[in-house]
Amino acid sequence: MGQTISEKIISKHVGKKVFAGELVISDVDGAMASDTTGPLTIKAFHEMGGKKVFNPEKCALIIDHAAPSPNERIANLHKMMRDFAKEQGIRLFEIGEGICHQVMVENQYVKPGDIFIGADSHTPTYGALNAFACGVGSTDLAATMMTGKIWLKVPQTIKINCSGKLKEGVTAKDLILFLVGKVTVSGATYQAIEFSGEAFEGLSLASRMTIANMSSEMGAKTGIVHPKGLQLDYDFEAITPDEHANYVKVFDFDVSDLEPQVSAPESPDNVHNISAYEGTKIDYAFIGTCCNGRLEDLDIAAEILKGKKIHPDVRMVIAPASQSVLLDAMKNGSMSTLIEAGASLITSGCGPCVGTHQGVPADGEVVISAANRNFRGRMGNPNSNIYLGAPSTVAAAALEGYIVNPKKYLL
Amino acid sequence: MKATTIHAKAHVYGDHIDTDRIIPGKYTKTLDLSTLADHVLEDLDPNFNKIVQQGDILVAGINFGCGSSREQAPLALKQAGVSVVIAHDFARIFFRNAINIGLPVLEIADHNIQKGAELDIDLKAGIVKDLSANKVYSATKLPDIMIDILNEGGLVNYLTKHGNYSL
Repeated sequence: MGQTISEKIISKHVGKKVFAGELVISDVDGAMASDTTGPLTIKAFHEMGGKKVFNPEKCALIIDHAAPSPNERIANLHKMMRDFAKEQGIRLFEIGEGICHQVMVENQYVKPGDIFIGADSHTPTYGALNAFACGVGSTDLAATMMTGKIWLKVPQTIKINCSGKLKEGVTAKDLILFLVGKVTVSGATYQAIEFSGEAFEGLSLASRMTIANMSSEMGAKTGIVHPKGLQLDYDFEAITPDEHANYVKVFDFDVSDLEPQVSAPESPDNVHNISAYEGTKIDYAFIGTCCNGRLEDLDIAAEILKGKKIHPDVRMVIAPASQSVLLDAMKNGSMSTLIEAGASLITSGCGPCVGTHQGVPADGEVVISAANRNFRGRMGNPNSNIYLGAPSTVAAAALEGYIVNPKKYLL
Repeated sequence: MKATTIHAKAHVYGDHIDTDRIIPGKYTKTLDLSTLADHVLEDLDPNFNKIVQQGDILVAGINFGCGSSREQAPLALKQAGVSVVIAHDFARIFFRNAINIGLPVLEIADHNIQKGAELDIDLKAGIVKDLSANKVYSATKLPDIMIDILNEGGLVNYLTKHGNYSL
């Protein structure tokens, strides 16, 4: 019987051929927690009798969700993480080094074919690398850091096949928003997703990360992009599905005519063509996050805003996904272009996306964001509304003061 | 699992209750779990933390707990006194987290439990009696390892006792 990518990766780790539905205890290749989940992880690690993490080189802690610390309570939690990292000899990524998922990929904590467990729901982002990556909570992560293992039910897989190439001015974010709208926020619960087809083959690693990242917005355990066309700066063995692999569901879309997409409040699957929302006045534009804070995202925003000023009634916040992204955007000029256009640069990290600090919207305000979630209250104020779009859509809205199709700036 | 039978009142909400609604991100960065209870479900029902009684049952529709991986979500519910969550189905990370911290969760795809219903629950058997509507439901069986973790009161106790996972 043929195997899916997830079944193959898990089989390799447990030393026998396994299929969807089987319960396994698997070795993991890496584990990480952020400052939202890390402190509870450390507490649980001690409570369960943990002395040493299974392998300090395969564990990481990242201070990104509330970085730098906005108050003394969080400052003390950060200190707890620094102390634990030092005591265990594991690397702690400091404030500003970047968002957990970005730094895990940049620093090669995760590679193709790996099983990676992260205490953050967007851990499936590493599916861009042809890895099996799952989000868990703090206690699960503590157990993984202690034992080097995770228990898993081998997931069924949904195949999403997209034929056709995206039009000029339409990006990976538009594609994944479209797919979230079709599959819905619970359409892949407990299941893995395989993204395959021509539309994904030409995508950069950054764009593949945008795609895999929003697997969590469909409830998926993991979301893996078919490795065809994946280019990395090191050699790797690609894991591809067998021809007769068993899929619980197959979606086929021709995306060659896809238009820019927008997700309206207050669920990521409330997605329509941008034309449905054109003219919606916005107060606040945000580009950043593990979904869309990478160099190509800042570059496309800079292309739209070059030599222009954002609308006087709009404020714009930029949080690069990592320090390395920030440095690259400084070197190629995109960062100065954005700042000259009126954007405000904040520390690399999760910032406004999780509603802790660095840009909470006011009552009644409308946000256009390149993030992945628009649940009520997500950015810290339940009386504001969040629209999600591609970085190009966010930049065009910042310029005009309302939601507008960005294509006229990109053709 | 200490108490295996529960008799309490149901608080009923709808579909897709995400973790931001269970406990907003701005309150999650703490180890003082009592502060979580102060804000539990506040963007969904600002009265919830005033009306919830120790032992009460939370009932919801599909995809309960979607969104973030924050374990603070089931912790906030447990801390507020919720003894069990029943839903048509759960988002996967919330489901694992709840079991890991010893908060029982029952998946009942066809329940039609109404607000204020009196429920009798046999957790071990996964049987829910809706005394108000005179109906009996049975929950989807948990994987064996989850039953073992729940029986120990959570993953911390499970690993303290066993030292590692076993199937």
